[in-house]
Amino acid sequence: MEKTEIKEKLIGIIKTYVPEEISLDNVGDDQDLINDLQINSAHIVDIVLDIEDTFDIMIEDEVIGEMNTVQDSVNIIASKVAENA
Amino acid sequence: MGVVAPNGVGTETYFSNLLNGVSGLKHSLEMESLNLRCQVSGMPNVSQEYIESKLPRLLANSLGNRGIVYACLAALEAWEKAGLPINDQLKENIGMVFGSGALGLDTSIGEIVSTIESGNSRRLGSRKIPQSMNSGAAAHINYLLGLGGPVLSNSSACITGSEALLTGYDQIQLGKADIMLCGSTEGDGRYIWAGFDAMRVLCSDSNEAPQTASRPMSANPTGFVPASGAGAMVIETLESAIARNATIYAEVLGGHQNSGGLRNGGTMTAPNSAAVVGCIKAAIKKAGIDASEIDLINGHLTSTKGDVLEIQNWVNALGRKGNDFPYINTPKSMIGHCIAGAGSIELNASILQLYNQQIHANLNTESLNPIITDLVDSSKIVDQSKKVELNTVIKANFGFGDLNCAVVLRKFEHGKN
Repeated sequence: MEKTEIKEKLIGIIKTYVPEEISLDNVGDDQDLINDLQINSAHIVDIVLDIEDTFDIMIEDEVIGEMNTVQDSVNIIASKVAENA
Repeated sequence: MGVVAPNGVGTETYFSNLLNGVSGLKHSLEMESLNLRCQVSGMPNVSQEYIESKLPRLLANSLGNRGIVYACLAALEAWEKAGLPINDQLKENIGMVFGSGALGLDTSIGEIVSTIESGNSRRLGSRKIPQSMNSGAAAHINYLLGLGGPVLSNSSACITGSEALLTGYDQIQLGKADIMLCGSTEGDGRYIWAGFDAMRVLCSDSNEAPQTASRPMSANPTGFVPASGAGAMVIETLESAIARNATIYAEVLGGHQNSGGLRNGGTMTAPNSAAVVGCIKAAIKKAGIDASEIDLINGHLTSTKGDVLEIQNWVNALGRKGNDFPYINTPKSMIGHCIAGAGSIELNASILQLYNQQIHANLNTESLNPIITDLVDSSKIVDQSKKVELNTVIKANFGFGDLNCAVVLRKFEHGKN
């Protein structure tokens, strides 16, 4: 799966958890989920569950801590999807 | 004020349906499929679309707990009607008492239990605990409103709603807040209702005739009709209301709560009548009025055998009977018993009746209990909605655990209070 497609799906997932005043029209790869997109840290586990469902992968607890920016998350998803292929 | 009731969402719809005798009780296929004796219930008609139109996206999409959804919707309506703002500011002088009965037993618990039982608890995510804790309704409402005063979550069975109002009133009197949002909620509760069904306290003879299932004061009640919903109201000092130029729907004169202590006839489910009478008398005394001033009793009257005892207690507490007895009604013939939500939903009815100077009928009064009609002239048991001069209403709820709560409300008139 192309990373642009992964990013698009990821943005679709995090949309639910981002405050309504934050625009997701041009999200930069280096944007931090918690600090820039203002996602409540408690919701990271919910986003992980949604990612698991969407991409049919499993994200271990140790890896969750590395999902800081959009790019980090896309890379992690891409490598898990590749492992599955 | 705000309300999410089985026969109407929003105070205007709710009150118009109360006046027109519109029942919200329906046959329940779900209860039928679970082999409950009672297969009638009352649930507010709240669609996902409606929820999305009222709540922020994150809440609208993540709230599985119906009790919390109802609470948030009722609270938002009350807030809006009170003319209070929704913004990012912390409101330090405003608090809340928002109670619930069994939030953790809302129908949404089913998915949680099966997820845990299947060894998949990591799939629960972060949103289950905040929705199952007893303070879950208040916590989610506060996400919307930003209140910095005392935020309490009471739970006292069927008196939860009237107790929430009285507790909020106390907080203001104690100087802990200028304004309090008070309310209570109960979710759609197959897991709650099945337990009540097993106790044989639910209506069991009207599964095919839901609209006549709830018949307070009837000669042949078989039990209450379980229901869900929420009610909310904003109370404040008169100075605060006038300074804000707020619509004043009614004045809280005072009230009282006590317990029969599960002694002297009181049990988990039956009242100690001396305590009930004492509670009503104390509420009247604290309101600073005479029992003769009461125009309308908004009773608890669940459509059980206990209704007779309740009427006897009212007669004894007020020292009024026959034609001298006040008008008496309850929304329960149309909405069933919303358990912990009942007090707040019914207080909305009390206040709307005062504000509009109209009383609503009880449905299903064709065969009243003769013991009741011996005590009270049947013309006082409202069977037709009508315009009357209404100055003072007493609202009471009585609950499991031998709990009593009574609140006295008065029509507000500028310059007279």
